[in-house]
Amino acid sequence: MFIAQTLPTVTSSWYLSLAALLFAIGAVGLLVRRNPLVMFMCVELMLNAVNLTFVAFARSMGDLGGQALVFFVMVVAAAEVVVGLAIMVALLRRRPDATTADDVAALRG
Amino acid sequence: MIATLLAQVSSTFEPPTLDFHALAPEITFAACVALLYLVDMIKLEDGRRLMPGLSGLALLAPLIPIMTLALDGADRTLFGGAFVVDNVALLLKAMFFLSGYVVVLLSTNHLAEGDFWESEYYLMLTSSLLGMVVMSSARDLVTIFVALELLSIPAYLMATWEKRSLRSNEAGLKYYLMGVFASALMLYGMSLLFGISGSTLLTDIGARIAEGNSSTPIVSLAIVLVIVGFAFKVSAVPFHSWAPDTYEGAPTPVTAFLAVASKAAGFVALLQLAFVGFAGRTDVVEPLMWVLAAASMTVGNLIALRQTNIVRMLAYSGIAQAGFILAPFAVMSDSATESLTAVVTYLVIYAAMNLGAFVIVIAVARKTQSGEISSFGGLFGYAPGLTVAMTVFLASLAGIPPLGGWFAKFVVFKALATAGTPWGYSLAVVMAVNSVVAFYYYALVLKAMWFDEAPYGDTSPVRVPVSLISATGLTAGATILFGVFPGLLGHFTGSLEGIIAVLPGG
Repeated sequence: MFIAQTLPTVTSSWYLSLAALLFAIGAVGLLVRRNPLVMFMCVELMLNAVNLTFVAFARSMGDLGGQALVFFVMVVAAAEVVVGLAIMVALLRRRPDATTADDVAALRG
Repeated sequence: MIATLLAQVSSTFEPPTLDFHALAPEITFAACVALLYLVDMIKLEDGRRLMPGLSGLALLAPLIPIMTLALDGADRTLFGGAFVVDNVALLLKAMFFLSGYVVVLLSTNHLAEGDFWESEYYLMLTSSLLGMVVMSSARDLVTIFVALELLSIPAYLMATWEKRSLRSNEAGLKYYLMGVFASALMLYGMSLLFGISGSTLLTDIGARIAEGNSSTPIVSLAIVLVIVGFAFKVSAVPFHSWAPDTYEGAPTPVTAFLAVASKAAGFVALLQLAFVGFAGRTDVVEPLMWVLAAASMTVGNLIALRQTNIVRMLAYSGIAQAGFILAPFAVMSDSATESLTAVVTYLVIYAAMNLGAFVIVIAVARKTQSGEISSFGGLFGYAPGLTVAMTVFLASLAGIPPLGGWFAKFVVFKALATAGTPWGYSLAVVMAVNSVVAFYYYALVLKAMWFDEAPYGDTSPVRVPVSLISATGLTAGATILFGVFPGLLGHFTGSLEGIIAVLPGG
């Protein structure tokens, strides 16, 4: 009883803040880390933050459109994983020692 | 059991009325792409020789419904406003199909002679083009997102198509990481827009934003995130870092495709977002676009000056050209019609002249096996036809009358001048200075072709395959035609009431 009274109600703004935090972690991680796989995981984190935002808004507004959009994002993220891993496998076959994006620098940026 | 269920469903289910004529270009093309996949699966080895011809036909077939729709002339709105077919959309669709056709012409010999997987390449190319075509009509966040991913994901693979080359792998990896990062930024912006407006339709979002009473900083953040996401796609400075490496490392026909069609698709999305969705908040869009445009022109041109590789030079010149196309966005509230016309006109003409330049680069590289500007030395001596065509394309890119590029620059200047604001005039000055700078590096290539000696005195003729000759003819014809008869494009871009109607005070 006591616990139930002191715990704050979880409103949609909690979810939105969490999503913003996850998005920021993902974005910073992508810019800071140099391993292509980790960089890619950071993008996945950002996409999941987007999903959480969509669901939180859709739930608070009672609008199913946002929840439907999440499925599109998930399917596209899956397609992106497939393509991204294929590119990375092709690259690592050429250069097994290339563990950071900076090792791959045949082209001058 | 099932029968009763079915009866229940069919009694309550009302099928939506679909305007199949408006969807005909997409349906025709999607059916053709599906057929291509089938042909590839059934005739695994023999199919390879059929693929270029079949994909060429698949790209030309949808032009017929586009013609009938253009002759009909009525604006059509489908799916509650998520999909709009108007004159501009039809013009852009025709542009995408024709540029796709030219890319097929470019790729045929390049792929057959190199170490490539052939038939899958055409499947990727056509799938990507389907995304671009849908993008021309998309007026909804979901449609824009799906179209963007449909055009991007095959493009990542195409950049990596030379599987055994480290350079191509690197090109693909950089393009891929930057691309997914950009879509994540854009999606977060879209999720905020959805939260503000409660709708994914651009018209609803535009109406809600124009009210201006709800959480201004969040709206601004959402707009900035979405525009930055697309700025990566169109390789605007400071989000251009992937472009030169990807363009140089990817197979050259893919580079042509990315530099023209993929970039144009990004601009098409920006066009709809800015003019329909964000028209109520030009105080955010205009300064952002001003900075992006001025930075792209200046940085792109300055780095292009130092390039010795022609593909990298074209990549940086493409960044500068992206700046010219972004410029009208910076004055979109003061001269809406002119800006919109300018962007669409520039996109179409840019597609013709830039593809043309890539055709010649590919044709010359077949002999010299080099992408260096010095390898163009003495070209006039042994390939006068290619030299004249390249001169047309480069002069057009530099903006010399009476070629298409001149008219494209003219309409952008007109849009900036009509606005009559200090922002418009200052951007016009930046643009004028940059046009002069750009002329210098285009002229370097012209000088090499017309006046320099051939490297190693090698003046054996270039053997140009028929497909490249027809690609040159198509692009050169379009470049000259748009310059001599600028009214041709005006016929389509002149009637823009459909988009302008939603602008405040438009």
